[in-house]
Amino acid sequence: MNGKKIGDVILDVKDISLSFGGVKALTNISFNVREHEVRAIIGPNGAGKSSMLNCINGVYTPQQGSISFKGQTFDHMDSHQVATMGIARTFQNLALFKGMSVIDNLMTGRNLRIKSSLLSQAFRNPFGIGGAEKEEVKHREFVEHIIDFLEIQAYRKTAVGQLPYGLQKRVDLGRALAMEPQVLLLDEPMAGMNMEEKQDMCRFVLDINDEFGTTVVLIEHDMGVVMDISDRVVVLDYGKKIGDGTPEEVRQNPEVISAYLGTSH
Amino acid sequence: MQTTFPRLLLTHAQERPQAVAMREKEFGIWQALTWADLAKMVENIALGLQSAGLQRGEHMVVVGANRPRLYATMLAVQSIGAVPIPLYQDAAALECIFPINNAEVRFAFVEDQEQVDKLLEIRDRCPQLTHLYFDDPRGLRKYKEAGLQSLDDLIEAGAAIAAKKPGHFAALVEQVQVNDVAAMFFTSGTTGNPKGVVHTHYSLLDRAKAGADFDKLTHAEEVLAYMPPAWIGQNIFSYAQWLICGYVVNCPESAATVTIDLKEIGPTYYFAPPRVFEGLLTSVMIRMEDAGAFKRKMFAYFMDLAKRVGPARMDGQPVSAFDNFMYQVGNWVMYGSLRNNLGMSRVRVAYTAGEAIGPDLFTFYRSIGINLKQLYGSTETAVFVCLQPDHQAKADTVGIPCAGVEIKVAENGEILVKSPGLLKEYYKNPAATAEVLTADGWYHTSDAGFIDAQGHLKIIDRVKDVGRIKGGVNDGSMFAPKYVENKLKFFPFIKEAVAYGDGREKVCVMLNIDFDAVGNWAERRNLSYAGYTDLAQKPEVYALIKECVEKVNVDLAADTLLAGSQISRFLVLHKELDADDGELTRTNKVRRGYIADKYQALVDALYGGAATQYIETLVKFEDGRTGSVSATLKLDDAKMFTPMKAAA
Repeated sequence: MNGKKIGDVILDVKDISLSFGGVKALTNISFNVREHEVRAIIGPNGAGKSSMLNCINGVYTPQQGSISFKGQTFDHMDSHQVATMGIARTFQNLALFKGMSVIDNLMTGRNLRIKSSLLSQAFRNPFGIGGAEKEEVKHREFVEHIIDFLEIQAYRKTAVGQLPYGLQKRVDLGRALAMEPQVLLLDEPMAGMNMEEKQDMCRFVLDINDEFGTTVVLIEHDMGVVMDISDRVVVLDYGKKIGDGTPEEVRQNPEVISAYLGTSH
Repeated sequence: MQTTFPRLLLTHAQERPQAVAMREKEFGIWQALTWADLAKMVENIALGLQSAGLQRGEHMVVVGANRPRLYATMLAVQSIGAVPIPLYQDAAALECIFPINNAEVRFAFVEDQEQVDKLLEIRDRCPQLTHLYFDDPRGLRKYKEAGLQSLDDLIEAGAAIAAKKPGHFAALVEQVQVNDVAAMFFTSGTTGNPKGVVHTHYSLLDRAKAGADFDKLTHAEEVLAYMPPAWIGQNIFSYAQWLICGYVVNCPESAATVTIDLKEIGPTYYFAPPRVFEGLLTSVMIRMEDAGAFKRKMFAYFMDLAKRVGPARMDGQPVSAFDNFMYQVGNWVMYGSLRNNLGMSRVRVAYTAGEAIGPDLFTFYRSIGINLKQLYGSTETAVFVCLQPDHQAKADTVGIPCAGVEIKVAENGEILVKSPGLLKEYYKNPAATAEVLTADGWYHTSDAGFIDAQGHLKIIDRVKDVGRIKGGVNDGSMFAPKYVENKLKFFPFIKEAVAYGDGREKVCVMLNIDFDAVGNWAERRNLSYAGYTDLAQKPEVYALIKECVEKVNVDLAADTLLAGSQISRFLVLHKELDADDGELTRTNKVRRGYIADKYQALVDALYGGAATQYIETLVKFEDGRTGSVSATLKLDDAKMFTPMKAAA
């Protein structure tokens, strides 16, 4: 059914353990992500899903374990470095500049790729030398493609804070996409959305994966959504990995069933 | 007009190759397409389609929003003597089966994934549908269905043929004759299967020319195309008249950006059904209510002045020097920016058609200096039958017959039309054709109306819907449901109305409130509500609606002909009437009979005198799933007024 070609391992997480004081958030977690796949991390509340993403993203430093990205191994990731290497993320609670327009928010995603100096950006050059303006046009064009892709043309100049939540989520995704990432980390992209918005978001995730070949790692607790769009799923519970495999395999896994449905002990 | 659509294209491409034919907003920029480039694109598509097997006289459907490549495909189909059939892009998949099978369609142009999915869904029921060409490849990469191909590939294939056979395209165009069939439009119809209205190059272009001459349209006009291309109004306006005049058609970025795009383009010629004008006005009014006290005062003063002075100025009548001066001031501080906000600063001619327009709505636009006029016509008459001349626009008439048209009123009050723009026939339906097109050349519009003292046509209702009240105090008086419904719908709070009364002792109506307008009204009164169903049943809302209903009764009481059509009982429905549920046609006309069957219990309760009635209704969602809505509805009485005798 799926026409895209899943490649080699691009991101490899080995034996990650993370604790906050006495609280063990993650214990010996290992899994990998292959190029061009949609990889989901699921689990009940407090299972450690966001912590896992934060380790990959460099927000948290795990006490133990290593993460390899495109063959390079790190014992901890640095957020800035992660971004330059081509990993972008969205946030569960959104990370947008509420008072800025949609376009400006998306342009911030291009920040790492802007080469011209602060000085040449600050002063518009009357002779067209220096190229800051030309560069901005180029980036704006890229951003316009994202606007077209996410179908938010009607809100270009609207301040993000005025948009409904579902659209803000879309802008957040757009900001991550503006970085042209190889790997996109999505933290609960469907949270707080209604059915229609969820369907739209699913379509965007699949289209991103399909059209741009972007590898997607997503956290979600809506099982239905995850099973429909993921190639492989990791299941966490109380900071431990209890399942890993295709949606079908995970669905059959007794430990997963008990974590989600509860068992009588 | 002794010419054809493709010949007009070639003329423009020859005479003004570098002039802009169309613009489409993409990636935030208006991208222009010249006549020369358009002609080249049409040539390539035409040759591609011909080599793929599209035959002369064969039908091809086009489904999508207004896009240059959709219109280019229509031209390409016509260039090889085949017949394009535009279908409504928002129609459900099942609704497409009849037209596709009725016209034995093998070829389809589809805009995007949504439309492709729709046609693939019904493919097993339309086995002859073998060739699907899509414009936008987004999301279609993985589709492996046989016969599904991108328009880009088709254009490429056509270009290869064009390179080998120069002049072949021009020869094909030459073969297309003026009296060949040019296009077919399926009318939604309030009953039964849709009918395919067949038009020739002659009928469509002759009418387009008549309309253009009437308003002296030139190649300098700018229009924005945003109604469905399957509606003949849009098709005449952004296709037939576009080719006749050679003006620029602009395609909006998406349905959601139309108001922004309107402002950017500033069209000079504008054509829309009343509900679009209503939507624009509502958005202005809502924003005005949010404005500060000073601005609101100013708005009220100048709108009052505009209402008094504006229409008279428009009609070229003299106004006092003071009023004139104040109107100029108003124009400077308010009307100008209002027009700009509506995207109508440059409008020279604007038309409303398709439905009756409310007098307040109509006057509003004219009073702020927008030359809004009405016209009368239908799919069967290629639109232009009657038009209002500048300076003679009235809210309750639809104008004088335009060039080439002859009109008479039959004994039963039906309007009959003779015009070069009449349909050739209903496709494969001689019985229906014979019913409307009699041997003496008259087309029976099935509209009831009369011609007033100034020679302007006035429409009352559909002939078949005009009925009689039976029994009760108004026994035997005339009942025109649409006339009553329109009067109700002219209130911003009422979105839809369905009136019953023929053969009964009194008139009862079922209503839909306008969710935006009433919602806003409720918010201002700190009235909380959970959704449409809840809001609709609030006692405060009933009181509000009752006021509207009684105002209509006052109005009707003054009408000598229709005083007996006053409304005695009403209710507000628990759900919005929807085309997806079959309650409205695709052009948003109520299907009275269907609604009466579906809500039988409610109609019985209205006439039975019950105070409340429980109802449960199935609803269809856009993705095809169904659910149900239930509620206990209140029914209310309205005060009726004694008819004012003409003598009194």
